Amino acid sequence: MMYKIILFAPLLGALIAGLLGRRIGDKTAQTVTTALLLLAAALSWGAFINVGYGHATQEIDLFRWMDVGDFKANWALKVDTLTAVMLVVVTTVSALVHVYSWGYMKDDPGKARFFSYLSYFTFAMLVLVTSNNFIQMFFGWEGVGVASYLLIGFWYKKPSANAAAIKAFVTNRVGDVGLALGIMAIYLIFGSVHFDEVFAQVHDKADLVVPFLGMEFGAIELIAGLLFIGAMGKSAQFILHVWLPDAMEGPTPVSALIHAATMVTAGVFLVCRAAPIYEAAPVVSGFVTILGAFTAFFAATIGLVQNDIKRVIAFSTCSQLGYMFFAAGVGAYDAAMFHLFTHAFFKALLFLCAGSVIVALHHEQDMRKMGGISKLVPVTYILMIVGTLALTGVGIPGVGGFAGFYSKDAIIEAAYAAGAGGHNAPAVFAFWAGLIAAGMTSFYSWRLIFMTFHGKFRGDKETLKHAHESPLNMVVPLGVLAVGAVLAGAFFYGQFLGDHKAGFWGHALPGAGGEHGAEAGGHHDFPTWVLWAPFVVTLLGFILAWLMYIRDNGTEKRIAAEGGVFYKFLLNKWYIDELYEATIIRGARKLGDIFWKIGDIKIIDGFGPNGFAAASLAFGRKLSKFQSGYLYHYAFVMLLGVAGLVAFVSMKAVG
Amino acid sequence: MIIGLSHYLVVAAILFTIGVFGIFINRKNVIIILMCIELILLAVNINFVAFSTHMGDIAGQVFAMFILTVAAAEAAIGLAILVVYFRNRGNIAVEDIDLMKG
Repeated sequence: MMYKIILFAPLLGALIAGLLGRRIGDKTAQTVTTALLLLAAALSWGAFINVGYGHATQEIDLFRWMDVGDFKANWALKVDTLTAVMLVVVTTVSALVHVYSWGYMKDDPGKARFFSYLSYFTFAMLVLVTSNNFIQMFFGWEGVGVASYLLIGFWYKKPSANAAAIKAFVTNRVGDVGLALGIMAIYLIFGSVHFDEVFAQVHDKADLVVPFLGMEFGAIELIAGLLFIGAMGKSAQFILHVWLPDAMEGPTPVSALIHAATMVTAGVFLVCRAAPIYEAAPVVSGFVTILGAFTAFFAATIGLVQNDIKRVIAFSTCSQLGYMFFAAGVGAYDAAMFHLFTHAFFKALLFLCAGSVIVALHHEQDMRKMGGISKLVPVTYILMIVGTLALTGVGIPGVGGFAGFYSKDAIIEAAYAAGAGGHNAPAVFAFWAGLIAAGMTSFYSWRLIFMTFHGKFRGDKETLKHAHESPLNMVVPLGVLAVGAVLAGAFFYGQFLGDHKAGFWGHALPGAGGEHGAEAGGHHDFPTWVLWAPFVVTLLGFILAWLMYIRDNGTEKRIAAEGGVFYKFLLNKWYIDELYEATIIRGARKLGDIFWKIGDIKIIDGFGPNGFAAASLAFGRKLSKFQSGYLYHYAFVMLLGVAGLVAFVSMKAVG
Repeated sequence: MIIGLSHYLVVAAILFTIGVFGIFINRKNVIIILMCIELILLAVNINFVAFSTHMGDIAGQVFAMFILTVAAAEAAIGLAILVVYFRNRGNIAVEDIDLMKG
């Protein structure tokens, strides 16, 4: 019952706000959705404790959905530790974002619509994480895609928002093709889409080879690869990452909820959920490792030079997702999930803080026009520093630190451990990429802080006069998230990765529960330099940022002038968008133009509706010429008729 | 010379033809068309009466009486319409009556 309430409360809220929003008014719609979400969040923590500590995993069949021949898919609620973690993340961040939106969207005319979308998104995300089969998961997967589209394009009068929404939707379609093919392949090979049934058979099918696109693949590798394409789309990994920065066109609470904390982590969740498959697919796992590590590095380099406050955080998200993927790739699914968990708190915190700054400065997002506002928005300033400390993973090995310290260092160490034997080249690459990216994370995060809050104000003086701290309903969610950002790591480390992890994860993740658990969790057998390396690079990043933006403020401009090409290369995001424009988009648009202008307008419309209409019109015009209006013409025709009739009858009579 | 059936029929045919041509060739005014219709009806009447005496059947003459009645009614209504039409449009020239032109 509890789980059903968690799942359906957001749906109820979405329906009430969406369908009755106009009748019951914005205030009521807001209150209803937020209250239902808070309820769901409270229950989720209950579920988390039940499942994580009480080991009360359950599978509830809600009702039958599809039952065609051998193909069965039910609506179900599968609650194991993996789901419980996601439940907590999704509902908590969602509830806080609901509250925060009261303040952020205060002057927006479409409040009921906004809250309805938010709640709908939460429902779809919950469907995704609670499913016990791939079909229901796919449903949730598409559901969150729709919600993402609607919310990115929430300000639909802005052309850039519409373009960004379409870009996100289309890019995700590319990934979804992979996911759909993967699910089909799963059904083809295993004869089932039910998680447990599929995973139980993975061992038997390990040597199966199937043809695909004219080549032969190992069945498991193929499935893992196809599923990962879906994950790449949703989680904005390299090649399919282009939509995430543009998605920042949406309102900031949306960025925090969907494009930082929850939806984009669905890909990581998918890989962890399908961990038994990835365990049996070493090649694809290596690919996941390399791609994740590369994305972590790649997105961080772009983050170094971006000037839009939200874009910096967006690229940071992209980079952190890369960390989660390479953790999953080297088999540290628990570390990936732990980072997902902590990341949700501090990244949502950073986004919401950025939103607070944006509101304070009247929707100014360009950091070049900010600066020196730490005294005007002191609470936001402090909380944002907390978020930054958590993101950069500040902490002293062996003593403790912020949330990111536990999860990120665990990932880097896991990569080191996997690569230590020398057999796993991707893991070695991931270790170094992750380490360098950690340094860059620190640099761009502190750059953001320094450019926004320190130095002299560079924007419009009038704006500065009206700058103000955000109202309480925006600050309180920030505070709650900040508590999470500080404590989530230290508090849950034991459960996720430490001594209690075997019991905590149960059978939800391979390697974490049971006998493997103990050995992978060894935090203690790494060389000292590995433990300290992340700390050192983080410190270096901080110092460099301090040197460039506090001590000597013009450095960035000098670098931009001198190292022009390289700087531009990063500023333009490695020219990936331009590359796509030149290779794919232009061709696709041309093809579309052909279909539109020739296929549709000329052929279909020309011969179809418009052709018929024109032909009958012309015919009618010709016909109406007979209608001369002169009496004697009519009389003449009548006479002809009579003569004809008489002739006919008399012919008949004679013949 | 004995006036026989064929003479009557010829007269009727001539009257009928005059009536028909009157309708087509006349481009002047509607009253003439009405008169031509009367002519055609008369031609028919002559045929009826001629055949009636020729065949010794009284029914033809009864029909002729009916047609006369109808013709009278038709003339009355036609003229009435014409008067109203003239009031509205100011003339009854056939050339100008082309409201139904497509």
